[in-house]
Amino acid sequence: MSMNAVGRPTRPEDVAETSVEFKSLTGGKGLLQYERLIFEKKDYTRTGVDFADIDIMPSDLGDLVRGDDLGLPGLAEPEAMRHYVRLSQKNHAIDLALYPLGSCTMKHNPRLNEKMARLEGIGDIHPLQPASTVQGALELMDTLAHWLKTLTGMPAVALSPKAGAHGELCGLLAIKAAHEAKGQGHRRTVLVPSSAHGTNPATAAFVGYSVREIAQTADGRVDLADLKSKITDDVAAIMLTNPNTCGLFERDIVDIAKLIHDAGAYFYCDGANFNAIVGRVRPGDLGVDAMHINLHKTFSTPHGGGGPGAGPVVLSEALAAYAPTPWVVSTGNGYALEEFGEEASAANFGRMCAFHGQMGMYVRALTYMLSHGSDGLRQVAEDAVLNANYIKASLQDIMSVPFPDGPCMHEALFDDKWLEGTQVTTLDFAKAMIDEGFHPMTMYFPLVVHGAMLIEPTETESKAELDRFIDTLRALAATALATKNNADEVARFKNAPHLAPTRRLDETKAARQPKLTYG
Amino acid sequence: MRFTKDHEWVLVEGDTALVGISAYAADALGDVVFVELPEVGKTVNQGDSFAVVESVKAASDVYAPISGEVIAANDELSGSPEIINAAPEGTGWLAKIKLLDAAQVEALMDRDAYEAFLSTL
Repeated sequence: MSMNAVGRPTRPEDVAETSVEFKSLTGGKGLLQYERLIFEKKDYTRTGVDFADIDIMPSDLGDLVRGDDLGLPGLAEPEAMRHYVRLSQKNHAIDLALYPLGSCTMKHNPRLNEKMARLEGIGDIHPLQPASTVQGALELMDTLAHWLKTLTGMPAVALSPKAGAHGELCGLLAIKAAHEAKGQGHRRTVLVPSSAHGTNPATAAFVGYSVREIAQTADGRVDLADLKSKITDDVAAIMLTNPNTCGLFERDIVDIAKLIHDAGAYFYCDGANFNAIVGRVRPGDLGVDAMHINLHKTFSTPHGGGGPGAGPVVLSEALAAYAPTPWVVSTGNGYALEEFGEEASAANFGRMCAFHGQMGMYVRALTYMLSHGSDGLRQVAEDAVLNANYIKASLQDIMSVPFPDGPCMHEALFDDKWLEGTQVTTLDFAKAMIDEGFHPMTMYFPLVVHGAMLIEPTETESKAELDRFIDTLRALAATALATKNNADEVARFKNAPHLAPTRRLDETKAARQPKLTYG
Repeated sequence: MRFTKDHEWVLVEGDTALVGISAYAADALGDVVFVELPEVGKTVNQGDSFAVVESVKAASDVYAPISGEVIAANDELSGSPEIINAAPEGTGWLAKIKLLDAAQVEALMDRDAYEAFLSTL
């Protein structure tokens, strides 16, 4: 017979575990590599590129010319590659697992979007190219604008704002320009509900307006009586999110719009949660005058470090004339970028940014729209709402819900009442989720709910994945409640995360003694 | 010491008053990491936002509990905002205000009334 002479064991040997906690000799975590910052790789002699020596050209800077070394660490290509791949392993991404960050809408970024954005005729063009050479790109912007206007029921759109908050700024600048054009420049107050995104009052303050807060009712919506009492003749606008940050539809939105319009003010809608109603409700029909649309939320472009945001703003008839430049116009035999608004409207308030906005995001968003179609987009909203309600229904017997009546929209909101009597806080619970393989939900927001936990599954997740998430949260919640009788389990929560690349951070120290430079 | 429903306190000393935030407010805010103090010489109206207290959790406006001219601000807080957590109703005061209308103070809650109010929250 032929013998296996190399002695390779082919099954695990039965050796009892010792009580000594396993620690690697290097202190590392196996194949998950420790990675230093790039500045700590102090080998300045290496390089990944072979440059020819260059002749130093004469310079008008004289002795101000820098002669010493730049001090950049040298990395060969495999080292540079490993550096970034290792860093990526320390991060969480929607491509790894469910990312239930409420109000952030972390949905899958379809690969088709990426493929389209990398097409040669799109990925390699430059904003300063003559319009005659980028007709396809201009047509794409025009088509995207058409879809956004159709989906929102609004007559105009400013594509250029680069994210949600930038869109808010664009909307309020249009409102300000409209008031000033009508001799209503004394209107300088913006009404903001107490559950608003923090960017709303920040934007109002940035524009030079003051903020007046509106109370909310016990069922988590705008208090109409409080709103009425706060509408005075200095009100410029209301900024309202719908569905709001409690994941609830503002049922009185049509009445609110009427109250605001009757008072001579404008209705700004924060469109961060448009993904919950896209294809089902047209904000224009509700009386909205301006609304930003986060393409990185509703229309699946990369979000949170994955790519630049884009926050086009749709505008009502009353505000359309004040839209910022540039915009795409059809010339009859092609498209052009109207840079100064001389022809269409001289009332525009200027520009939001140097060029026309985030072209790469326009491509991805339009790809998402076209690949879903109008029926598919409608289903996006339906599935997002269904998934959130499935989570709410599956957890509300063990975790407490501040607004139990009726269904929620695209996100399920819990509070920390159920943790009363334990030492476990919302923060502890969220950190313990990391040890179980899930990114935490949004915590402590909205501010109107104590110990808030805001979960947004999006339409991305299958029922199987939602069930896995729910089972994990139920087990973790049961363990949290059991800490009342089992102090040993408290450390599981207080010291969490145990298995993340970085343990619990001291946020207070980070805020009181911020270290803003490296080294 | 008198209190408002927005959790500010006033302590009258002659024709001036120290103002700050209550122990309840400091506890609810959590670790304070930054304080924006009012400008000395500025006149504030009762109910105006006149300072900002920022914790790790949130930034909160502090409303002037009384009207008057700000004659001093507690500069210690700029370097050591944690004093607000350590002694909110003492060395963690925010500003000293020259009283315009003593009746405004009288209309505020005394400690018993404030504590009764807190128990309703």
